[in-house]
Amino acid sequence: MAGQLSIAKALNEALRKSLESDPKTVLMGEDIGKLGGVFRITDGLQKDFGDDRVIDTPLAESGIVGTAIGLALRGYRPVVEIQFDGFVYPAFDQIVSQLAKMHARALGHVKMPITVRIPFGGGIGAVEHHSESHEAYFAHTAGLRVVSPSNPHDAHWMLRQAIESDDPVVFLEPKRRYWDKGEVGEDPMLPLHSARVVRPGTDATLIAYGPMVKVCQEAAQAAEEDGRRLEVVDLRSLSPVDFATLEESVKRTGRGIVVHEAPVFLGLGAELAARLTERCFYHLEAPILRVGGYHAPYPPSRVEETYLPDLDRVLDAVDRALAF
Amino acid sequence: MTVKSTSRARKKAAPGVPDPARAGVGAEPELVQLLTPEGDRVEHPEFPLTVTPEELRSLYRDLVLVRRFDAEATSLQRQGELGLWASLLGQEAAQVGSGRAMRTGDHAFPTYREHGVAWCRDVDPLNLLGMFRGVNNGGWDPNEKNFHLYTIVIGAQTLHATGYAMGITKDGADDAVIAYFGDGASSQGDVNEAFTFASVYNSPVVFFCQNNQWAISEPTTLQTRIPLYRRASGFGFPGVRVDGNDVLAVLAVTRWALDHARTGQGPVLVEAFTYRMGAHTTSDDPTRYRQTEETEAWKAKDPILRLKAHLEKEGLADEAFFAGVEAESEKLGLRVREGVRSMPDPDPTLIFEHAYSEPHPLVDEERAEYEAYAASFEGGEHH
Repeated sequence: MAGQLSIAKALNEALRKSLESDPKTVLMGEDIGKLGGVFRITDGLQKDFGDDRVIDTPLAESGIVGTAIGLALRGYRPVVEIQFDGFVYPAFDQIVSQLAKMHARALGHVKMPITVRIPFGGGIGAVEHHSESHEAYFAHTAGLRVVSPSNPHDAHWMLRQAIESDDPVVFLEPKRRYWDKGEVGEDPMLPLHSARVVRPGTDATLIAYGPMVKVCQEAAQAAEEDGRRLEVVDLRSLSPVDFATLEESVKRTGRGIVVHEAPVFLGLGAELAARLTERCFYHLEAPILRVGGYHAPYPPSRVEETYLPDLDRVLDAVDRALAF
Repeated sequence: MTVKSTSRARKKAAPGVPDPARAGVGAEPELVQLLTPEGDRVEHPEFPLTVTPEELRSLYRDLVLVRRFDAEATSLQRQGELGLWASLLGQEAAQVGSGRAMRTGDHAFPTYREHGVAWCRDVDPLNLLGMFRGVNNGGWDPNEKNFHLYTIVIGAQTLHATGYAMGITKDGADDAVIAYFGDGASSQGDVNEAFTFASVYNSPVVFFCQNNQWAISEPTTLQTRIPLYRRASGFGFPGVRVDGNDVLAVLAVTRWALDHARTGQGPVLVEAFTYRMGAHTTSDDPTRYRQTEETEAWKAKDPILRLKAHLEKEGLADEAFFAGVEAESEKLGLRVREGVRSMPDPDPTLIFEHAYSEPHPLVDEERAEYEAYAASFEGGEHH
């Protein structure tokens, strides 16, 4: 798989490999067949694998996830596409009360190897319900695993790992990065739930995932011109969280800043800040800070740049952390 | 109680608007019946049924034992041995008739009241009581007897059943699935989505609605303006209303529906018209919302009495048979009582046991924390 691939193409290749390697893998979703999905992530797959394995569904998200559960009970390995983040809520019961709990309710007698792919996040100038970051709802639910790649390599390998997992995985795709290109390596390099230091530094640790990793890398680059060396950690897995990697980094830098598009209040950053404070208390030079969306409905697109964390807001938080 | 509102009376009489409160009551032609409340065998041209005396006796035994198990569970709740019980009293024929219509390879997706179906699938009754005692949240292996876990969120299981049926089609198998639900669930989005999916994919699933007239305190009139079985026509598959207190009719109709499904003809909606004789659960008080007269009227249609009357009238069972079933019922009651009372609480670490099937560091960490915390009391005054 040498060469530069977009995240979209890397995901498409991952789905293709999964369909090839396991006859029990099936894809389900709205418009994923002939159209190839509204983002073309499933482009060409129905043509190559048939409509029996790449299944266009009725427009009913609860129905998609609910029937995927039934297929999993029959021994299938469904990969479900929710068309946009804001459309997943009709399936909330099926994900949170049915999918997440089935294995425990059956005392381990059944497994739920279902991947729920959701394009998430803003920054694409969309109409409402097309730009949301709802990861905290899912990460809060025991029984689910939640991951989000930030680059083509991870997009490819993490999706294959998610599909291979016998537990349900909510797979959040950073839709504004779909067309970013990068190298996809020949092996995954990391287990699904490991974080990765993507830029080493000494003065503070920026923690991000999905679409915000790139923003943090750009912020670190800009800070370097001011003589500040920022470390950037790509969380990759939101549940479980690789606290060992985070702890090692924050203890070394003494400062941590969590960046996500989701609202700050009770967002993933709240949990990371609390746990890192417990683990790194005597190493901290400043409180763990958070940069994220505001406690308001996701705004109309003409003002979404105000809502979304950007390079300046990240650097502003870095200034505040360093001022302690 | 008299009807005071004349406008309501007028509305009831309006042509083209069937009154669901009355639909199917009595001898309406749309209700499939093979055994009258008096125990007389009648024929239905579309649903012929041949049963041997032995099969009739076996069905009678099922009905009696299922009712006995249910009564025992209600008593155990009253004695504090169970936290809750959802009684099936009155619905034995709907469950035994449909349960016995299934083949071994068929799958049942129940609500939380399908104790009679579980019985027919040979699930140990004690397995059903774990969740009501609070020692697990289901716990049995759904694939052992093809009887899936009880589902409490109303209607959610109909989608699981439909997905399972989609899988059967993919496998090229000729098994079929029954999705159980009630009149209240018919309003749920999930049930309507299940109808849609099953219809467009032509899935081998029978939607088996036990219309027991009440969703806790809400009558069927709050869920529908037309008889529920007619909902099927809007989705493009057949619907049948069967006398849910007539085990023979339910058996015949469900067998037909399962064959229809397994032979590639798609889903069927069966509405088993029955009555919830007891409360919704042991936490409910039906005297607050329904009339004794209604319950009394349904008593005359009791599913067990009518089969017993039939067996006696036709001389198909003698006193020794009935006494034998009674003795077996006593034995079952005793086994259930003893089984529940000796059912141990799980070890608290069960909390962590099956949250995930693969290792999860947070769960491991919290389990270790809990175990260290618990160990700190060992030998101390708190333990």
